[in-house]
Formats: sequence, structure tokens, C-alpha cells
Amino acid sequence: MEIPYTVAERPDTGLNNVKLGIWLFLASEVMLFGGLFSAYILLRMGATEWPLGSTLLNVPIGTFNTAVLIGSSVTMVMAHASLKLGNFDKFRLYMGLTILLAFTFLGVKGYEYWEKITHDHLPAQNTYLAIYWTLTGLHGLHIVGGIIVNSYFWGPGSAMWRTKREQFINRVEAAGLYWHFVDLVWIFLFPVLYLL
Amino acid sequence: MENVTTAEQIAHAEHGHEEHELSFLQTYVFSQDHKVIGIQYAVTAMLFLLFGFSLMMLMRWSLAFPGASLPVIGNLLGQTNAPGGIMLPEFYNQLGAMHGTIMVFLGVVPLAVGGFGNFVLPLQIGAPDMAFPKLNMFSYWAFFLGGVVMIASFFAPGGAANSGWTSYAPLSVIATQGQTWWLIGMIFLITSSLLGAINFIVTAIQLRAPGLSFMRLPFFVWAQLVTAFLLLLAFPPLEAAGVLQLMDRLVGTSFFMPAGLVVTDQPLEYSGGGSPLLWQHLFWFLAHPEVYVLILPAMGIVAEIVATNTRKPLWGYKALVGSLVFLGFMSFVVWAHHMFMTGMGTTMSSFFQTTTMIISIPSVVILSALFISLYGGSIRFPVPMLFALAFLPMFGIGGLTGLPLGLSAPDLHFHDTYYVIGHFHYVVAPGTILALFAGIYHWYPKATGRVMNELLGKIHFWGSFIAMNVVFMPMFITGLAGVNRRLYDGGLEYAHAQDVLGWNVVSSYGAWALGFFQIFFIFNFFWSIRHGKQVDDNPWKATTLEWQAPSPPPHGNFTTPPEVHRGPYEYSVPGAATDFTMQGQASDPDPEPAQV
Repeated sequence: MEIPYTVAERPDTGLNNVKLGIWLFLASEVMLFGGLFSAYILLRMGATEWPLGSTLLNVPIGTFNTAVLIGSSVTMVMAHASLKLGNFDKFRLYMGLTILLAFTFLGVKGYEYWEKITHDHLPAQNTYLAIYWTLTGLHGLHIVGGIIVNSYFWGPGSAMWRTKREQFINRVEAAGLYWHFVDLVWIFLFPVLYLL
Repeated sequence: MENVTTAEQIAHAEHGHEEHELSFLQTYVFSQDHKVIGIQYAVTAMLFLLFGFSLMMLMRWSLAFPGASLPVIGNLLGQTNAPGGIMLPEFYNQLGAMHGTIMVFLGVVPLAVGGFGNFVLPLQIGAPDMAFPKLNMFSYWAFFLGGVVMIASFFAPGGAANSGWTSYAPLSVIATQGQTWWLIGMIFLITSSLLGAINFIVTAIQLRAPGLSFMRLPFFVWAQLVTAFLLLLAFPPLEAAGVLQLMDRLVGTSFFMPAGLVVTDQPLEYSGGGSPLLWQHLFWFLAHPEVYVLILPAMGIVAEIVATNTRKPLWGYKALVGSLVFLGFMSFVVWAHHMFMTGMGTTMSSFFQTTTMIISIPSVVILSALFISLYGGSIRFPVPMLFALAFLPMFGIGGLTGLPLGLSAPDLHFHDTYYVIGHFHYVVAPGTILALFAGIYHWYPKATGRVMNELLGKIHFWGSFIAMNVVFMPMFITGLAGVNRRLYDGGLEYAHAQDVLGWNVVSSYGAWALGFFQIFFIFNFFWSIRHGKQVDDNPWKATTLEWQAPSPPPHGNFTTPPEVHRGPYEYSVPGAATDFTMQGQASDPDPEPAQV
């Protein structure tokens, strides 16, 4: 017996296994970042003084990075849509762009980190910087994870396009859902850390 | 399989994986078959249970005879831990922290969820395997690695983690290196149970056989499903907390460190501004649902065994399922009843005391329904049923003794005393662990085609049952006297403890007797693989789908794809040919065509 509903949707649930699995994974991710955001709220509520994010961080650069990530979400959608339309070359183009934008984000973030280090704004300095480094660092790790997955589908993984087309499209869709989630986390992180 | 290119390979892949010749490593070590993974989980978890229990048997020596030299093995513990065979308090603390960690995260949960969930759940829903077999393999190996890191931490400088299994900050932040190992081990274990939880939920929702609607699911599957949701949603906040504590320990942040801490006359170099309470909130947000992760699979196992051996349907199936789901939901809003003594405020205490009283309702519904299920049945008493029957009153004691702890006023007296230890051990040890033994005796014939020896099983049962009560009942007495739970000498130095010190000795003899009776189980477990009585596919005459598969089930589980025609517990149906009607048995003629 083969495992059913790896590709086809189960009629009564309207889902295939991969899609349900990725949504559950994202639910757990919500709880992970939810826990960290709760920690942020609790620490800030209990703090006697809390620096304004914009006095320590570079808001224009942060805004630029926000735009980069939103752009990468758009290209990710295009990549998936191209597969749906059967255009593999366009998929390669848009997926490549997504990966490129992700690297751009990391590069900019790296520059910001370098700036912090040279100004001696290290995590041990105060609780604000501690949560800044931890949250952005963990988010950065999620970006790296996304780059690895997307690169796999851009490169060696794309051989599935010729052998198991439906399954490949599903997998790219799941990767896309993850990628949108990582963007969404940043949409919350940016105002919380940079603006408030 | 994903990268097949030539037409020949594609054709081969489409034939399904059962035709591949698997190497020894693929079959038994890096297996993707849910049954093998289930057995791997179960055996590994039982080894950890034995190890964690051995730590406790050592601790019981220090509690019963503080300052006395430990006979025979005392000198093997090393001069840094037990000079002259006399256990040091520092070493006792390591044993205490690791006993809790190992029993909960490496023993009971992997056995109840990883072991039974993996082996039984796909069979009970008529699935060929778990939804993501590769992920399943990864989750076992992540668990295994986490376990290795935890055990290895005993050899770290300063020994293993020693801040209790709860790792309360700031103590844990300034503790020795073993704590860092503990945190890294926990991250592996959390990853493992996250992957496992996703797999269980997808499997239970997507891979049900045709006709197996949600209200036809065996109660065990429901219990595993709710448990998986708890693991999925409760563990990530602990992962967050673990990351924060790692930052505190390694990078020097102050998430959990308040300002102005002084240790041995030296002010600590922390910027301060952190909150020790934050750790407790994040920890208990996991660890309270974790309590239900420990108990729900046990309830699932007991329900299956009770229905099978009373030869009648479970009483109140719908109420049971409803209570289970409600219990799972409520378990997320009771965590701070562990924190009444922290000074978090009376408003918070009142809220969590109320939710705690509410959550006791579905627990009582489940226990009552299981008790009522016995009424009017023609009860058989094979070994699994003995364990399942013992679970009911034992869990009852555990649950009822929890009520005074859930009320903030009496908790002032009971908090951190042996009463608490007695309470939760009654839930987890004579409760869950007896149920897990029941499950092992019950499903052993499915995994091996043979039943375990009856006489050895009965000795194991009566010995364990009595010994467990000898261990834990005295703890209520010492606890009511106010003896603190964390003292390595069992309260020797305290005036209020003098009258009850004798009970420590009773408890200790109970623990060692409990250890002795496990020898019967260990022998039986291995001996019966080859020498147990051979039985057919359905030795207990049960109704659920796993008994329709061959014993042991082949790769892919079922010889013909199963179809479900009825509810899970059709025992003693009037007019039926036998006193059990299997779920996969079509009526003659079938009045309702199977629906997906």
C-alpha cells in the first residue's frame, strides 16, 4: 500500500498531507515567536527605562530591508504561479530572484550587526539590545533555512519537475508558505524593535 | 526516490517501496517504517526509564540513611560525587534534576507518544504508514541525540544540570556547565517532538481508512491526536525560553537576571533588568500541558484495554471525546497554578485557581466514564487488564490530591513539600506508567505474534502495584508535616521533620522493591520474543483495525486495504455471531455503503 494523499487532496478534508503539515509547522512557529514577543512585552512592562528603537537602530536601512523581504514574497508567489502555468524557466528566474533578495536582506542585516558591534552595542549591554539581537538573530536563522530550501528547489530538487510534477508544485507551495511566514515575522519585528 | 530520472527507475518507484530490498541498516536502524520506529522509541525510552529510575534508587539511599556510606556501588560514583561512598548534596542535586528530566522527556513521553503512538496509531486508523516516514525517522534520531547529550552531561565539568528539572532562573543561569548541555539536549528533544506532533496530526486526519469517520476513531487515536496538538503548540515557548536562557548563559544577556544579584559576596556582572518570573511563565506554559501529554495517551491505552476486557462498549464515548478535547484546550490556561508562591499577585492567582478547578471537571468525566464502563461487563483479567484496572484508582488518588494544590490558600502550606511529589507521582508513576505497562502487555502480541508470560506478568503487576504505593503513600505524610522536597537528607536537620523521618526509610525500601520487581518484566520482555505462547492475529478478540492486520504486520501493514463499517467498540452486540464485531467487518448485507 502506498501512502495516500501525498499529492491528491483528500475529499473530506480538502487538503493534501504536505499542506496540512506545513500549516501545522507554521502554527508551532507562531507559538515560538509568540513566546518571544510575550517575553518582550513582559520585560518592557517591567523595565524602569527602555530606549526608543530609532535612537539606536538605523530606521532607513530597516525600512529598505522590509521592502526587500516583501519583494521576495512577491517573487516567491510568481515562482509558484509560473509552475502552475507550466513555465519552468520563469520559475527558475523568480525563484532565483527570491534567493537573491534573501541574500540581500542578510547582507544588509550583516552590515547593521557590524555597525552595532563597532559601536559596542552588544546583547549583554541592556535588555533592549538583548532582545534585539535574539529576535533578529533567530529570524535571520529562519531566513537562512528558507534560502537552503529554496536553493534546493531552484537547483537539484527541480529535477522533480520532469518526474513528479504535481508533487514538485506542492512542495514549492509549501516552501512559499514558510517564506511568507518568515516575512510576516519581520513585519512584526520591524515596528516593534525599530519604531516603538 | 525523488531524484529518479530514467523511465525504468520511475516505473520502479511507482511500484511502491515494499519491493525494494532494504539493507540491515535501513530495516532496523535508519528505518522509515512506523512499526520499527515505534519499537525503537519504546525500547530506547524504556532504557531511559530504567536509567532515570536507577538515579532515584541512589537518591533514596541518601534520603533514608543520610551521611551513611552507600554499600557496594558508593565507591563507583567517583571521589568528586561521593567521597568514601557518602553522596554529596551537590551530586544529589544533579541526580534530582536529571531524574525529573529523564523520566519526563526521555522516558514517559517518548514511550507513550513515540512508542505507542507510532506503533499503534497508523494500524488503528488502517493506514499503511505515517504520513511522513522520513520525518518520522528524523524525529526518532533527534530524540536519540537529545538523550545522548543529556546523559553525556554527567561527564561535563561540575557534572550534569543541578537546578531541578524546572531549571528555575537565576539559579540555572549561574549553574555549572551541565546546564548548557541540558539546554542543548532540550532543543534536540523539542525538535523531535515537534516533528513527531506534525506527523501524528497529519496521519490521524489524512490517512484514516475509508469509512473511518472522526466519531468512529478508537479513543486511543483521539488521545494521541489531542496530545500531538499539545506538543505542537506548548513546546515552542519552552524552545523560546531555552534560547533566552542559552543567551543568558553564553552571551551574558539578562533576560532572567534581575539587577543587583550577589553570589558568595561577589556582585554578578549582569546588566540586570530581566525577570526570573518570565522563565517560570514560559516554562510552565509548556510544562503544564506536558502533564496532559503524560496522562492522555495513558487514558487512551486504558480505554482500549477496558473496552476489550469488559466485552462491552466504552460508556459515554462522545462525552469522553468531548472531555478530552476540552481538557486539551484548558491545559493551556492553567499553567500559573504552579506559581502561586511567586508573588505574581492575587488577581492572577484567582484566575488560575478558577481555571484549575474547571479543568478537573473533564478529568473526572473521563475517569468516571471508564469506571462506569466496568459496570455490567463480563470482565476478563489478563495481565494488561490488571494494569489498566490499577490505573483507575491510582490516577484517582493522583487527581484528587491535586485539588488542594490547585487552590491558592492550601497551596501555601503544601508548596514545595513532599505532598507535591506524592501527588504528581501518583498521576505519573502508578498512573501513567502502569497504563504504559498495560499497553506493552496488550500490544506485545501484535508486534511479535506471541503473548508475554502470564505468571511473570502477574508477579510483575502485584509487585509493582504494591511497591509503588509503598513508595508514594508515605510522601503525603511527610509532605503534610511540611518536609521540603529538595533536601538531600530528607529533613534530618529540621525539628518539624523528626516525627516523620522513619517514613523516608519505608519509601526507600519500596523503591528498591519496585526495582526488584522490574527484573521479572525485563526478563519476560526478552524471553517472550522467542518463547512466548504463539497466538493468532487477534488474541484478545478485540474490534479495532490493528487486530485485523497480521502479527507482526508486514511493511505496508494490511494485506487488503481496510474499510470501516462501524464504531470502534461493538462488543456483545445483540444478535451478532460473536461477542465482538470488528470495525472492518461488513454487515451482511451492508445497509450503509462506506463513506470517505
